[in-house]
Amino acid sequence: MKKTMKIVSVFLVVLCASAFTIKTINVNEGYNIGDIAEDFTLKNIDGNMVSLSDYNEAKGFIVTFTCNTCPYAVMYQDRIIELNKKYAKLGYPVIAIMPNNTDINPGDSFENMKKRAIEKGFEFPYLIDENQEIYPKFGATKTPHVFVLEKTSKGNEVKYIGAIDDNYKDASAVTTKYVEDAVDALLNGKEIKETETRAIGCGIKA
Amino acid sequence: MKRYVFIIALLLVLGCKEKKNVPELGIKDSYKKIDASAVKLEIYNFDGLKTFLNKEDNKIHVINFWATWCAPCIKELPYFEKINTEYKSENVEVLLVSLDFPHLYDSKLKPFILEEKLKSKVVALDDVDSNTWIPKVDESWSGALPATMIYKNDKRKFFEKSFTYEELEHELKQFLN
Repeated sequence: MKKTMKIVSVFLVVLCASAFTIKTINVNEGYNIGDIAEDFTLKNIDGNMVSLSDYNEAKGFIVTFTCNTCPYAVMYQDRIIELNKKYAKLGYPVIAIMPNNTDINPGDSFENMKKRAIEKGFEFPYLIDENQEIYPKFGATKTPHVFVLEKTSKGNEVKYIGAIDDNYKDASAVTTKYVEDAVDALLNGKEIKETETRAIGCGIKA
Repeated sequence: MKRYVFIIALLLVLGCKEKKNVPELGIKDSYKKIDASAVKLEIYNFDGLKTFLNKEDNKIHVINFWATWCAPCIKELPYFEKINTEYKSENVEVLLVSLDFPHLYDSKLKPFILEEKLKSKVVALDDVDSNTWIPKVDESWSGALPATMIYKNDKRKFFEKSFTYEELEHELKQFLN
């Protein structure tokens, strides 16, 4: 009995100690500009599995990490819908991924994702990163966080990382539309002026 | 066996109690009804905020970037309050930089400050050009909240993460000597 208690105590100390260590996300981890993004297979709100390789016609992708519960992400969803409307037909569809731990954020549960998508009329896949394995590969740290990929012979090359535009408050007061500028440049075979930008967002709940 | 389970459960509760000694804050809907017009809030663009991030006054400055809509920020806010109280005599100053949306200053941020009786200084940062100012706070910051900077004169450290009280105190102690 004594021995078992000792073991139990040691176990508890370890358990409590590990409760204090939080997984830190290093900004430098994940893809950089020019890297080839690995394909993924994630569940869409309609129950189907979606991979980038499903899109035979696409020239690239606007991969957007977003969610239901972050006010910044929510504020930008109308603009994401517009991006998809404009660029899906030009070969750059939006692929939205919800990266949060739904135990911590029940508002981001699969059911709530469905509701949100219906409410807003998402015309793009809204995928759940159930095992939380995809967002760290990208190096996504927050919602919203956008990665523009271009389909090349080597694979899907990361061409732009960052914010959607430069005014979260007011879509009509935006002076630079970073994502649009990046995709326009790709479509026209020109160089992207700003390949990495930053904006405030909600840290992804690991 | 039953007794065994009970002992384990008891140990679990006792063993992890340390973590719970700081009360948690929460955003309540009732805040909307509070008249917080008396709360004076300093609002800055990044140029204005910069002076708070670059003081050379031999004090240790703990700067936390937060917002009332950010749940992990609200969770760790009491730890910053505790640091502010307990280390005041050791030349530590806490500054809470709110990134709340300007149209919600009166209905959310000010009532929150009033209701939670925040003792640390709170300022609001209202600057949409985040792509310019985020790297000026720290080159490594992607823009995710919460984020914290600790500095004393030239020495500084930046954290894009949530803190427990113990972690925050540990980092602070690196600046105390």
